[in-house]
Parts: sequence; C-alpha cells; structure tokens
Amino acid sequence: MTYLGDVAALTRKDLRVELRARDTLPAMLLFVLSTLVVFHFALPGGTGDDAAYGLLWVAIVFTALLGLARAWVPEQEHGVLDGLVLAPCDRSAIWLGKTLATLAFLVAAQAVALPAFVLFFAPLDSTALAGVLLADIGICAVGSLMAAMAAAGRSRELLLPLLVLPLAIPLIVGGVGAAISPEGERYLLFLLLYDGVFAVLSWASFEYVVTE
Amino acid sequence: MIRARGIEKRYGRRRVLDGVDLGVPAGGFALVTGPNGSGKTTLLRILVGLAAPTRGALLVDVDRARLGYLAHEPLVYRELTALENLDLFGRLYRVPERRERIGMLLERFGLWDARSDRVSLFSRGMAQRLALCRALLHDPDLLVLDEPYAALDEQGASLLDHELAALAGERTFVVSTHDPTRLDRLATGRLALR
Repeated sequence: MTYLGDVAALTRKDLRVELRARDTLPAMLLFVLSTLVVFHFALPGGTGDDAAYGLLWVAIVFTALLGLARAWVPEQEHGVLDGLVLAPCDRSAIWLGKTLATLAFLVAAQAVALPAFVLFFAPLDSTALAGVLLADIGICAVGSLMAAMAAAGRSRELLLPLLVLPLAIPLIVGGVGAAISPEGERYLLFLLLYDGVFAVLSWASFEYVVTE
Repeated sequence: MIRARGIEKRYGRRRVLDGVDLGVPAGGFALVTGPNGSGKTTLLRILVGLAAPTRGALLVDVDRARLGYLAHEPLVYRELTALENLDLFGRLYRVPERRERIGMLLERFGLWDARSDRVSLFSRGMAQRLALCRALLHDPDLLVLDEPYAALDEQGASLLDHELAALAGERTFVVSTHDPTRLDRLATGRLALR
C-alpha cells in the first residue's frame, strides 16, 4: 500500500503541476487536432480508410512524443529529480507516477482527437479503440523511461525521438493491425504482451537511469 | 559516520577531485571550503550518493531515509505551493505527524504566511528557506548542506545560525561554504579544497 500511495502522490503532483502550468496538454491537443486537419486536406479524395488509420497513428505517436518531451521538465527545474531520487521510496514509483500522468494527458488529448478522426476520416470500432489504449500504455511506459534518459543528456529534443520511435514501431504495427485486420484481437494480444514485457523492463531499469 | 579515502572524480579528462580524504564521526561538524570550481558540490553529491567517485573508497554509514541534503538548487517544484511541496516530500520520507512538522518548520523559517503561494512566486531567499525546511523535514541524522547561506538575508541567516547551533552535536553535518568564519565555532573538522 505504501508503494501505491507513493505512486498516487507522485501522479497527483504531476496532474496538479500541469493544471497550473498548462504546458503540456494544450500543446498536445493543438498538435493532434491541427495534424488531423492537415491530413484531412492532404489525403486525396477516395483514399481508403486503411490509409486514414495509418495517419491516425502518425498523429498519436508524435502527440505522445510532444508530451514525453515535456514529461521531466518540472523535475529538471530546481533539480527536483535529485530530491526524489534521495527520498527513501522505491525509485520505480517515480517512473510509474510519471507514466500514469503522461498516460492521463495522452488519453485526454485523444478524447478530443478520436471523435475528430471519426468526423473527418473513418469510424473506429471497439477493437481499434482497445488498440489505441493498449498502445498508449506501451508508449507511455517505454517513453517515460527514455524521456528520463534523454533528459540527462545535452540534446534531449533530438535524443528522445531517436530513442522512442524505434521502440514504438511494434506499437504502431499492433495499433494499425487492430484497426484494419479482420483478426484484430490477435493484434490486441500482441500489444498486451508488448505492454507487459516493456513495462516490467522499464520499471526494473529506471533506478539505473537516474543514479550514476 | 563518514569515511572517504582517496576520492577522485573525473568528468572525461577533467579531474574535479583528486585524492580527497574526509572523516566525520557521528555528531561531527565538517566544514568544506574552497574557491569556485574546487569540487565542493561534486564532493557533497558523492557523499549523498547522487554521483559516484571515479576512484577511492567511501563509507557513509547512514540510511537514505536518515539523510538530509541541501543542494545549490532548492529541489522543490516551482508550480506547487510551499505546503504542497513539503507534504509530497513528507509523504515520501514517511514523516510521522507530517502536517504538524511541516507547520512547525514553516513557522520557524518565516514561511507560514507564504505557505499557499507557489514557489515560482518566491524570491531566491524564500526558496532557500523552503529548501532548508525540506532538508530538515524528516529530522535527518546526517545533514549535507551545500552553501546553506546562499541567497539568505540577514534574518534568514540568523535563523539558520540558530538552527545549526541547536542541532550541532546531536546530528552529523557536512557543510560547504565560502564564508567559514560564520560556522567556525561549530566546526569539529575542516577540509580545504583547491
């Protein structure tokens, strides 16, 4: 219970910081909506739904990258990450708190973006929506770890996409597959497996990322 | 409580610390002095475990939960209030009766009236006072303080004098400072870095 209490306190803190600073969520919302609008006009008429689903995933991944790039900024200001690392709580709780907060921002952005996608492009069934949610979990789990690694480096804006995008490819394959394949459930299982494996790896390795 | 022998720290080819020895017994008060760039902050970061020495042997005989660290930066969230920051760290440090402890520290360091203000609105001196509250929050056994008088006005500095004098002898201290005369009477050991 103490561990979960720490995670809840850290997640609540991130949501509170965002509520006040409004640095991340408005940028994510604006980006994903403007991307969908651009795609709407860029996609030639008569293009099938499959291409639209692909474009949806481009928008999702880059929106997530935008959120992840901002994820550790509050900890970098005033050196707060050092304070958290020195606290006697399990250091993986810091990663889990950040992952849950980033996931909340991404889901909030998608709560606006997905209806817009349905309006502009194509319908989304329950399998496609489950694929989006599972992929969100994977992106945020791996992305929070990679963002912490990138934050320690000098050129984090460049480093973060280089670290996250290769790891996001299986999620894009799974997400698009869940939306367009008649066997979408198999892609959901694949996404579930990815989430499980990479969440455990990220959880276990976070300590080594934030300590020298 | 602290035994460091031959501590060396390199960043690439640049050597920041070269063969530093430091021994601080429980209840001791070690003063670390030296000009800018002499490696005071690096040494303190190594002592608290935020950096690893390149070479040398180090024993810090205290649990992470009993360690208080005041850094160059305040280590608090800019967008949270003083109260919210201390409540978060109090929870992470499992401080018993933390609301009472937080209230007492905020009163003692003259921040009670600003308790609901965001840190982003604080002056540098107020942020330093809050950082001191955070470092003392869990009543640590070992206090590692990096330039604790930085940015404090005379009132804040005498509050800190009073606090350090009250705790000296009961707690172990490693303090880096540009102005050793202020803490000379409390010091039981000195390390001058060059």
